[in-house]
Amino acid sequence: MTLLEARGVTKRFAGIVALDDVDLACDEREIVGLIGPNGAGKTTLFNCLTGVLRPDAGRVLFEGKDLGALAVHRRARLGIARTFQRMELFAGMTVRDHLLVADRAHRRAGGLPSDLVLRGRIHPSERDRVDRVLAQLGLLDDGDRPVDALSLGTGRLVELGRALITEPRLVFLDEPFSGLDRIETDEVVATLQAAHAERDVAIVLVEHDVTAVQHLCERVVVLDYGRVIASGPTDTVLEDPAVRRAYLGVTE
Amino acid sequence: MPDVVEYAIRGVPMGCVFALVAIGIVLTYKTSGVLNLAFGAQAYVSAALYYTLRDPDRFGWPMVPAVVVSVLIAAPALGWFLDRALYRHLRTAPPVAKLVVSLGLLVAIPQIVNLDFLLGSQAKLAPPGVASEDPIYVAGINTSANEIVTVVVAVLSVLGLGLLFRRTNLGLQMRAVVESPRMTQLAGVNADRVGSFAWMLSSLFAGLAGVLVAPLFAQLTDLDFFGLLIAALAAAVFARLVSIPMAFAGGIALGVGQALAAGVLPADNVLSTGFRSVLPFAVLFGLLLFWPGLRDHAGGGDPLAGVDPPPPSPGGFVRPRWMTVLNRSLAGAGLVVFVVATLAVFDEFWLRVITQGIILSLIFLSVTVVVGLAGQISLCQAAFAAVGAFATAQLVDKTGMSVLVAMVVGAAVAAALGALIALPALRLSGIYLALATLAFAVMFENVLVPLEAVSGPTRQLKVPRPLLAGIDFANNRAFLLLCTALLALVAGIVLLIRNGTTGRALTAMRSSELGVASLGLSTGRLKVIAFAVSAAIAGFGGGLMATFERQMGRQVYQANFTFFVGLVWVVLVITLGARTVPGAVTGGLSFVLFRQILEKVLGVSATLAGSVSFILFGLGALTYAKHPEGIVEAQTQRFVRLVSRRRAHPPDDAPTAVDPVAPAEARP
Repeated sequence: MTLLEARGVTKRFAGIVALDDVDLACDEREIVGLIGPNGAGKTTLFNCLTGVLRPDAGRVLFEGKDLGALAVHRRARLGIARTFQRMELFAGMTVRDHLLVADRAHRRAGGLPSDLVLRGRIHPSERDRVDRVLAQLGLLDDGDRPVDALSLGTGRLVELGRALITEPRLVFLDEPFSGLDRIETDEVVATLQAAHAERDVAIVLVEHDVTAVQHLCERVVVLDYGRVIASGPTDTVLEDPAVRRAYLGVTE
Repeated sequence: MPDVVEYAIRGVPMGCVFALVAIGIVLTYKTSGVLNLAFGAQAYVSAALYYTLRDPDRFGWPMVPAVVVSVLIAAPALGWFLDRALYRHLRTAPPVAKLVVSLGLLVAIPQIVNLDFLLGSQAKLAPPGVASEDPIYVAGINTSANEIVTVVVAVLSVLGLGLLFRRTNLGLQMRAVVESPRMTQLAGVNADRVGSFAWMLSSLFAGLAGVLVAPLFAQLTDLDFFGLLIAALAAAVFARLVSIPMAFAGGIALGVGQALAAGVLPADNVLSTGFRSVLPFAVLFGLLLFWPGLRDHAGGGDPLAGVDPPPPSPGGFVRPRWMTVLNRSLAGAGLVVFVVATLAVFDEFWLRVITQGIILSLIFLSVTVVVGLAGQISLCQAAFAAVGAFATAQLVDKTGMSVLVAMVVGAAVAAALGALIALPALRLSGIYLALATLAFAVMFENVLVPLEAVSGPTRQLKVPRPLLAGIDFANNRAFLLLCTALLALVAGIVLLIRNGTTGRALTAMRSSELGVASLGLSTGRLKVIAFAVSAAIAGFGGGLMATFERQMGRQVYQANFTFFVGLVWVVLVITLGARTVPGAVTGGLSFVLFRQILEKVLGVSATLAGSVSFILFGLGALTYAKHPEGIVEAQTQRFVRLVSRRRAHPPDDAPTAVDPVAPAEARP
């Protein structure tokens, strides 16, 4: 069943058409890859879908409902989570605190009155949930470290954990492997597959690493200059001459 | 209506001065990312220097050398100095850090200029204009040679700047530095030199405006130059801080609007006379609320923004357990010593001073919440405190309710106002939010405080000391202990909030609003909560101050709660440590103790002691760039590292594998 459907999304910046009539769909539990050269509009599309930007035209449907002008945090409450290309971690907070904030946000728990009564205590069930996600992402040893001291790859995993603990129906991953080497990428791909296997979650990811995309995605959508130039099963699309010209820079 | 046209035209010279300052602000913001709040102060430096040079009793120079020295030499030199000494090192700092530094200069520079041995603190009559101020008639309009010169200079400056930007190599380089200083450097341009030049140029504009505007005021006071700054800020915000032609147009429009308001509105109406002086603030506030497209994009466009190491994160330090234990024991021991000292040692004078310090510490905790936890720069904390104080006094006076209850109600009133002020914060962030709170603080002082509904009757209202559980706190020793207990209570609440869900969410929002929103938290709601809690604390402290003074009214307001004092508060707390209770308490105590120690112990004159302490508080903000976590916190962290290192490496420790994981990872 279709979870997310974007129809005719168009976004202009001061006369430049960043997205031109883009369609994108994602079924439940599906992993869709969004690829395209730099400046193709991938992050802009993410921003339009998650509510950071308002598209100039087009509709975004989630579970059949039109998201309209819903703000970022309202879409998040519907079950749309994301990670960021330029990481948006919370400076000075530990890994565990990142997940705790996300968990409490998801459960709408806490607030001023409970702050004054609970005196900052963390409930055992909260600790369990956080530890479960940390264990799955292999972050248990880093749990009490401030994120400022983490490597790029670990930081990306923290963002992933922060997104997953909110039990989303759909996660947008914006270049989860950029800046990682081959080995690290393979590790994150494996972690991602494991996390996906035991959750009822769909993933849309932007990525340049074709190998990783081939491993993860059943279907890809290719953007070039703000337009969808191809979409379909991963292997078919990656063989498409137009795609190879635009994206892989292959001239035949 | 020829009258209206004439009034409008009479506003043009003042508008040109606004425009000059606004252009300078835009120029510095474009080239260095600094929203220079000290710009009015820089104009004041040149104006005061010009005045002193022309003053027959001091130097008595003729016009031309005085202009050359004060505008062409002193102003660019000041700009060069500020760039070299400060802003150059802040190029990659976040915009808010730059704002804090300029806020410190805004506090310090006028105080330095006013020092007796420099330009004199005695009332300065306006200096003679650059050209004759005798009225002349041009096309039937009453003007003067000085005003014509003002207009001509302003127009020439804008045209010159346009030519510089479009036609010269230097202008091209300046435009490039705006886009990406690092990229420009890679292209072989000395970005530092270009930055210095931009600072000198904008400072020249400030000096020019200062000297041109000085004759238009009756007296030369730093307050007028602050008004000039606000007007120019309104014009600069109109230009969205980027467009020089729009800044020019905005400045002129504001000058014309002001003149029209003065000429057309009835002169005998309090509201319309108030309206004239308040117009710039109202315009600034209104623009910030309604002008579309005011968002912070700082750093977003620079493709090389990430190459510089990020500034140290204010909270990137996990406190070891023993430090918490040590802190608590020290706080406990300090409290015991303090109570004993209160009961036995302090005489009435020091009792009073320390009580003031404790009450201010409590008020400063409001800064801890909004700035330290939520990362929102609020410059209207004094207004919140004043609202609490006024409300307490009026409630006691009108209903005769118990003063402690009145203080709590006052805090609630302040909280409501705080939540209201936070509404623009939903849309604005960073420097624009700081500007909106500044505009509100100034409007509060000029529009709301004179109203009887806000501040009560002209006479001072009597506020009794509280009576609680049979103890009459009219006794100053008992009252100090009460204040200390209340400070401890509020500090406890702040700590609970910091360590709880709200505090974690606020801390998270501080570094990434987008990250927080992506988790389903409403940043708008968080900001409203932060402002409301902060305003409640400030309002409660204000009420405490009223009962301490045993009275509240415009005099007490002038002595304790002016917007300028509020600026010093924020600067001081941010400098010392905005996130921690020790930061706020050190701030509160040093705010009063520093001056009194200078005055009573070292025998410095009262005015000098006041100036020197404000100068030091202001200049203290310059350390913010290096220690965004605050001086107190920085020292604590240094201490912890020192002790931890000793522990980690006992002297007899042989080199061992410290990290058993490391070799495993290093395996090929």
